[in-house]
Amino acid sequence: MGIRFILMVNKQGQTRLAQYYEYLTLEERRALEGEIVRKCLARTEQQCSFVEHRNYKIVYRRYASLFFLVGVDNEENELAILEFIHLLVETMDQHFGNVCELDIMFHLEKAHFMLEEMVMNGCIVETSKSNILMPIQLMDKTS
Amino acid sequence: MGSQGGFGQSKEFLDLVKSIGETRSKSEEDRIILREIETIKRRILEPDIPRRKMKEYIIRLVYVEMLGHDASFGYIHAVKMAHDENLLHKRTGYLAVTLFLNEDHDLIILIVNTIQKDLKSDNYLVVFSALNAVCRLINEETIPAVLPQVVELLGHQKEAVRKKAIMTLHRFYQKSPSTVSHLISNFRKKLSDNDSGVMGASLYPLFDLITIDVKSYKDLVASFIKLLKILGLLGNGDKHASGQMYNVVGDLIRKCDASSNIGNAVLYECICCVASIYPSTKLLEATAEVIAKFLKNDNHNLKYMGIDVLGRLIKLSPDVTEQHQLAVIDCLEDLDDTLKRKTFELLHKMTKSSNVEVIVDGMIDYMTSINDFHYKIEIASRCVELAEQFAPSNHWFILTMNRIFEHAGDIVDIKVAHNLMRLIAKGFGGDHESADSQLRSYAVESYLHIVTEPKLPSAFLQVICWVLGEFGTADGNYSASNISGKLRDVAEAYSSDETVKAYAITALTKIYAFEITSGRKMDILPECQSLFEELAASRSADLQQRAYEFRTVVHLEAHAVKSIMPFDVSCEDIEVDITLPFLNSYVQQSLQNGAQPYIPEEQRSGTIDISNISNQVSRESSMHALKFEAYELPKLPAPSRPPLPVSNISTELVPVPEQSYSIREANTYPSIPSVSTSGPPELKLRLEGIQKKWGRPSYSSSPPSSSGVSPSTASEISQVESAASLSSRPQDNYKDLKKAEVKIAPEKQKLAASLFGDSSKSNKTTGTRHNTSRSDTLSIDKSTGSRSSVAPCCRDENSSSTTS
Repeated sequence: MGIRFILMVNKQGQTRLAQYYEYLTLEERRALEGEIVRKCLARTEQQCSFVEHRNYKIVYRRYASLFFLVGVDNEENELAILEFIHLLVETMDQHFGNVCELDIMFHLEKAHFMLEEMVMNGCIVETSKSNILMPIQLMDKTS
Repeated sequence: MGSQGGFGQSKEFLDLVKSIGETRSKSEEDRIILREIETIKRRILEPDIPRRKMKEYIIRLVYVEMLGHDASFGYIHAVKMAHDENLLHKRTGYLAVTLFLNEDHDLIILIVNTIQKDLKSDNYLVVFSALNAVCRLINEETIPAVLPQVVELLGHQKEAVRKKAIMTLHRFYQKSPSTVSHLISNFRKKLSDNDSGVMGASLYPLFDLITIDVKSYKDLVASFIKLLKILGLLGNGDKHASGQMYNVVGDLIRKCDASSNIGNAVLYECICCVASIYPSTKLLEATAEVIAKFLKNDNHNLKYMGIDVLGRLIKLSPDVTEQHQLAVIDCLEDLDDTLKRKTFELLHKMTKSSNVEVIVDGMIDYMTSINDFHYKIEIASRCVELAEQFAPSNHWFILTMNRIFEHAGDIVDIKVAHNLMRLIAKGFGGDHESADSQLRSYAVESYLHIVTEPKLPSAFLQVICWVLGEFGTADGNYSASNISGKLRDVAEAYSSDETVKAYAITALTKIYAFEITSGRKMDILPECQSLFEELAASRSADLQQRAYEFRTVVHLEAHAVKSIMPFDVSCEDIEVDITLPFLNSYVQQSLQNGAQPYIPEEQRSGTIDISNISNQVSRESSMHALKFEAYELPKLPAPSRPPLPVSNISTELVPVPEQSYSIREANTYPSIPSVSTSGPPELKLRLEGIQKKWGRPSYSSSPPSSSGVSPSTASEISQVESAASLSSRPQDNYKDLKKAEVKIAPEKQKLAASLFGDSSKSNKTTGTRHNTSRSDTLSIDKSTGSRSSVAPCCRDENSSSTTS
């Protein structure tokens, strides 16, 4: 329900972060990622940020060299998801300071933790940056 | 700043990440990853790896999996890591576990214990990670294990914990609604919780619940996007609730800042809400303004939303779209695929008979141009729908259907083909004969042209063959030999497709039949003959049958053919009178000649009602799934023997098994004891007459005619042996019991002794099985327990000896 998966893919089509909220096998994931990335990368700036794929929608947004893709059910509000992507980026920015692709790669688990705080079970549960970052900062302090 | 690795990461890790980042091609990446897998495999098996290193390995494994390679050898290490004391490590372990495993994986069992412990932990961060993991990994079986703790956590101090607990419960609910149904009240309470986060979170499960049962949640009104959705649902069709919402929604529309994305998102949601609730003119006007703004905006996203919304409003106020025609057309022409699709959807909703031709043509063009399989099916079926509903003329309809089939024939549902056939047969709304026949002749004509084209989709061919068969000769324009020749060509050309061949032959049969009925003598073309020869020897039974049918029909006289294959009755139902009246005279005759009348099964004497037993069996086996209550204590034997239950079996020989089964069934009779034996009403083992299992085998005479052989015993037995031998061989049991009841002649005794004696040793295992299983059940010390040892042995061994 809600969000099916969240992907971060760079311009060459390599996956940098993948979080699935429904189970797919490795082969399915590869196939899916390949298809979607090809579709999104081929689109221009002028076109819609929403792509329909099979029976769900993909909302994507490009930040520098990284594409953020979110697969959602048909009933979701697309603009809201777009906002969510932006929120995600802003949160990571606040934590890492001028986040870039390498940041995510080097701190993959932190990125996941942040995502975990924000989305649970396919639904967006937290939208306040301070709330999201609080547990992560605590963890950094203790370890 | 992040280009330096964080603390605690080895050079190897940095290298890995850098090299992944720098790869230019997939194969290079693959190579690196495979090398990485080898390295990790070796390292991870080393003993005494420091925790930090282990954590790093796990993260590397996550990378590996993310890039599409299997890393299952590392799963178990991730599970172990989740046990770790250190919070960061623990969380990493959990993360890895959630990424690697899914709810069906075997390793889940290992994790459940850890999760349980962590849920009770004092450190709420730990609780976080545990809850996260629970959400992702839980499945129906493991829910009960963690449910109580999660419910407790709903009352936790920290609101974040509460929020997560709610989501977890939501997940449980999704997995198996029954386990969480008693917690619905909790959800509602959480809605009014102080913290808005918790409030927001509880909306999600509520939303789900509401979609199922709208009425009970009507008292919820507030303002968030999700809530707006709920509002939409609640107000749907209900005037009163909608009235309450008007103000709120109206305010929202006015206040929302249209320049920001999120503002627009809210606006969009408002409009959707408005669309689904009971209409009010004021709101509609407001929404029309908003839509205008959306559509004119250059931003494609907004155009998309605008069109979506137009689609929704179309039903409420069709004139809204008039104003925006130009904008809509623009979107249609746009190169943007998504926008086009949305516009088509809008057009689909807008279709009336005036614009249907244009729209459907446009859709078909689009359909031919797209490659996406799923979407093609959708569009094709929509086209068909529209064509059927709004076709302005037969001519156009046939044309369109032909086009659709040509391009999308194979992927369209076969039902569509059948619908088309039916439509052609019945005609549109059954008014004029002439219109119908016109439709048909037009169809026939067009098909005759098309049928020569190569590579038509199978469904289409089926339709063609059928139509040609039914109506090909109807209007007399084409000779039968012409059509049959064409049909034969089809069968030849598509010889691999059996359905098409079947259709073709049947069509040929029909043509010839009609020719014969109308009195025109037909010579069968030699090619058709050879086709039939070929098919009569075909490996498919279906084709063979049809070939033989043809041959038979052709040789019958006109009158017979007419009754078998009347013209144009494809849409009439075939009525079958199940009493088969036409055989009545035959039956009368036979009765007079001394044949016995037919007795329906229920009235036949002397047989067990087998259906009864099979019901029993199924009920027994269903009752044997996981009993949680303790077995009933055995009932004391009642002093007097209640009258035998009247079963529908008339013989006295059979009351026993019947009784036992009917006892289980109705449960109204007290357990009927063996009163014939003067057993004291205590419960103890009765050992007289029991066959010693571990001594010298001998057949002990069971006490005579204890027809009460304890139906209770039988009931115990049936309990024990459930779906096993007993129930599967009711007939045998019946026979055996009968044998036991009747006075046993000495020769038989000897025979029995030899039989039993021989087989008792070999069947000791089965016997012991019975014994142990009996001892497991509490009903051992039934006074008639002794007999039960005899009876199953008798039965089992006997049946096994009969079968062996």
